[in-house]
Amino acid sequence: MSTVAAPRTPPTPRTAQSPEPARRGTSSRRVVLYVLLVVLTLVFISPLIYMLTTSFKTTAGAAASTPQWIPDDPTLQAYESILGTSGTPVVRWLVNSLLAATLQTLVILVTASMAGYALARVEFRGKKIVFGVIIATLFIPPVILLIPNYLIVGRLGWLDTLAAVVLPGAAGAFGVFFLRQFFLGLPKELEEAAFIDGATRWRTFRQIILPLSRPALVTLAMLSFLTNWNDFLWPVYVLFSPENQTLPAGLSTLQNANAVRYDLLMAGAVIASAPVLLLYVAAQRYIVEGVGRAGLKG
Amino acid sequence: MSSTGTGLRAAAAAGGKPGTVAGKDVAARPRDTASTQGRDTRDGWLFLLPYLVLFTVFVIVPAVFGLWISLHDYDYTLPEKPFVGLDNYTGLLTGDSPFAAPFWSGMQATAIFTLASVPLLLVLPLAVALAMNLRFRGRNFFRAMYFAPYVLGVAVVAVLWRYLLDTNIGLVNSYLDAVGLSGAIPWLTQLPWAWVSLVGVTLWWTLGFNTVIYLAALQDISPELYEAARMDGATAVQRFRNVTLPGLRPVLLFITSVTIIASVNMFGQSYLMTQGGPGQDTRTAIYQIAETGLTSFNSGVASAMSLIFTVFLAAVSVAVFYVFRDRDAR
Repeated sequence: MSTVAAPRTPPTPRTAQSPEPARRGTSSRRVVLYVLLVVLTLVFISPLIYMLTTSFKTTAGAAASTPQWIPDDPTLQAYESILGTSGTPVVRWLVNSLLAATLQTLVILVTASMAGYALARVEFRGKKIVFGVIIATLFIPPVILLIPNYLIVGRLGWLDTLAAVVLPGAAGAFGVFFLRQFFLGLPKELEEAAFIDGATRWRTFRQIILPLSRPALVTLAMLSFLTNWNDFLWPVYVLFSPENQTLPAGLSTLQNANAVRYDLLMAGAVIASAPVLLLYVAAQRYIVEGVGRAGLKG
Repeated sequence: MSSTGTGLRAAAAAGGKPGTVAGKDVAARPRDTASTQGRDTRDGWLFLLPYLVLFTVFVIVPAVFGLWISLHDYDYTLPEKPFVGLDNYTGLLTGDSPFAAPFWSGMQATAIFTLASVPLLLVLPLAVALAMNLRFRGRNFFRAMYFAPYVLGVAVVAVLWRYLLDTNIGLVNSYLDAVGLSGAIPWLTQLPWAWVSLVGVTLWWTLGFNTVIYLAALQDISPELYEAARMDGATAVQRFRNVTLPGLRPVLLFITSVTIIASVNMFGQSYLMTQGGPGQDTRTAIYQIAETGLTSFNSGVASAMSLIFTVFLAAVSVAVFYVFRDRDAR
């Protein structure tokens, strides 16, 4: 036991793939492993498949007591019903959600990259205090701000508007902190060369820092978009009119309708999850590895 | 823009060589004069300005405003908002306030959910991550599958599972029936089933997130350490205790804190799947605070509730930090 002296992990060079080699992995073990992996995959994925197939069922089919994985008579009835002009304004919700998530992401990218750059690279009086205050708010539970922000948004006349679901959420400190950390890791020589060439801060920031930071900006953009797209508590309370809902808040009003129609709910859920699942498929590495890195830094 | 732009890009390309850049001596940079300092201060604040506007209006002001509200009988639908000192707090703490019973019931619901969900969310993802850390084909595919539910919002997750867990037409009960178990479990309408459902769905939703964080940390442990341990004849269990766990310690603090914070903030699952029921048994603290402040407009009491909630959360955080502190540090 004492020979295994490893509790003080030395700083290790990060190798791309360093799993514990499964050298004794006999073929029977391998089979067990794969069976477990596939079972787990079914646990995580089959509910999503059921959601998708149910959205093509009739109302009666969705409420049948014997579950059908593949609808007997597939129909677009649920989609026609929720996307049509007469019923619930799901198209409006989709547009609202897309606008809110896109606008908030843009606001975060612009404000957080500028602030993160100032905090990483510019020496100015008061910097330590500002940085300390910003970081301190990372530890404030969001619920503390819930009631007062509602009143502030009300005072600004923004209740039940798009601004309410775009701007307050863009004030979080995560993006600033995340980008500051990334900027600190960039080599300084490039900027110094630019200054010698007479470039201003702004030009250096735009033409050297931002292009070098594309991976971090993409990661932050995707995390911000996902967060806003999926946000639930805040839109449920600050948006009231049926046509002003975002998709998650709208879904909850669909569910609260007197007679729950699961074909409609599942079609709505498919519409609410399709963009993020597509984004996930396209950028899986960015998202998954961004999350993994966040853990290593914490 | 064009000429300076290309100049900058050339400088960027030459930047690999420290010391001299484009033939100029870096030491000669004119950056230490008083006027440069003045410009830096101006630039620094200008760059911060857009964020600081948002930060001030939606973080700093509400943080202070919330404290102020909690000292008033603040109902924004009424003209009078009288100062009441600490009455909102004492009313909640002593039980005199009519809001005290629902608030503490919410705190209890949050505690139950946290105690039930956090251990599972710490242990099961670790087990999955350890399996994923073996070398086998398709690792990234499986990792992507397990993480997938996490990108969905709570609204989609809760609406979907409310359907699957429906007592009469749900998939879960129909499969329980099919294997001969009683298939009429009231998953969302009776205790303890409602808690089982809320915890189980949360596990389904967020297991992948913790797994990915564990996995990244596992891959960061040097393979030489395992090799050395194996040469010393350490068993798998010994390797886990003496190589894996110490290597995971920094990430354990992170993952425990993040998981606890997520669990104490639980709202959407309960709001959508059980509507806080049966009765108000699964109505969490956040749910109660939101309803008190944003539906009944008792903003003063609700703010006091959120501050009491924060004190509890701070105490838990300190305890977690204490448990995971570096015991070897001298």
